[in-house]
Amino acid sequence: MSISDTAPEPVFAQPWHAQIFAVTVALNEAGRIDWTDWAARFSATLKRNGLHRELNGGDDYFGAWLETLEALLVEQGSAASDDVSKLRDQWEDAYLTTPHGQPVRLAKG
Amino acid sequence: MPHDDHDHPHALLPPEPALRVKALETILIRKGLIDPAALDEIIDTYQNKIGPQNGARVVSKAWSDPDFKAALLQDATSVVADLGYFGRQGEHMVVVENTPEQHNMVVCTLCSCYPWPLLGIPPGWYKSDAYRARAVREPRKVLAEFGVTLPETSSVRVWDSTAEVRYLVLPMRPVGSDGLTEDELAALVTRDSMIGTGLPKVPS
Repeated sequence: MSISDTAPEPVFAQPWHAQIFAVTVALNEAGRIDWTDWAARFSATLKRNGLHRELNGGDDYFGAWLETLEALLVEQGSAASDDVSKLRDQWEDAYLTTPHGQPVRLAKG
Repeated sequence: MPHDDHDHPHALLPPEPALRVKALETILIRKGLIDPAALDEIIDTYQNKIGPQNGARVVSKAWSDPDFKAALLQDATSVVADLGYFGRQGEHMVVVENTPEQHNMVVCTLCSCYPWPLLGIPPGWYKSDAYRARAVREPRKVLAEFGVTLPETSSVRVWDSTAEVRYLVLPMRPVGSDGLTEDELAALVTRDSMIGTGLPKVPS
């Protein structure tokens, strides 16, 4: 992507960009994330990740966002790493076992 | 490579980060820390309701009404709140006016702070390392890449947004726009002209 690529683009390039954005904003609205603190943490992740290569404003950006949120939720005790891995695997499993075209849902657990 | 959709035995597996986001979401919902309905509403709001059209209304009003403009430059936050544009990432907004002597341009060097209530979610390039690093270092070169060439006599001032203060550029009213209504003027105001990487459209 050129720096001056002004072609119209969707607000969120990927559904998961929208999801992680919404989760974070919802936590902020619920008073569980302070935005100034969030911006400082997120900036630090972007800076760290950007040391190795130039980050784009899409997947790289939201990847850094996800990394920041995961770390913050571990720190808060809201979502432990083990639980996240477990749920991640359950979701993968759900996708792989749901017939194409059907809504993907997590087995009750 | 994604394979042919027609013979898919199962649902298409989303990319790795998407699975991790789903995991987080599931945990937070199960713990009652977030409400799934709130998530949908947030996405709908930012996808469909909030966008540069809001900022364009503010700009066209400022072009049409000198008192409004004076108040806007004085205290943008409360003036735009009166128009219904307030909320997250709009807690403290500052409007900077372009003049023949000074062109303004906005960046967030640290992350991507942006006046959401007026412009919505920033475009990809605003969030890229390239723009964030170069806007301050070589603004004229960046502007040239956006197709904006300023007269030698105009200086460029770059405003670095933070989580506390977000900037909106008030572009100069285009030549030939006399007599246009506020609605017609709003149609000339582009997103990039309010970030400072573009100029308003010229009436045809």
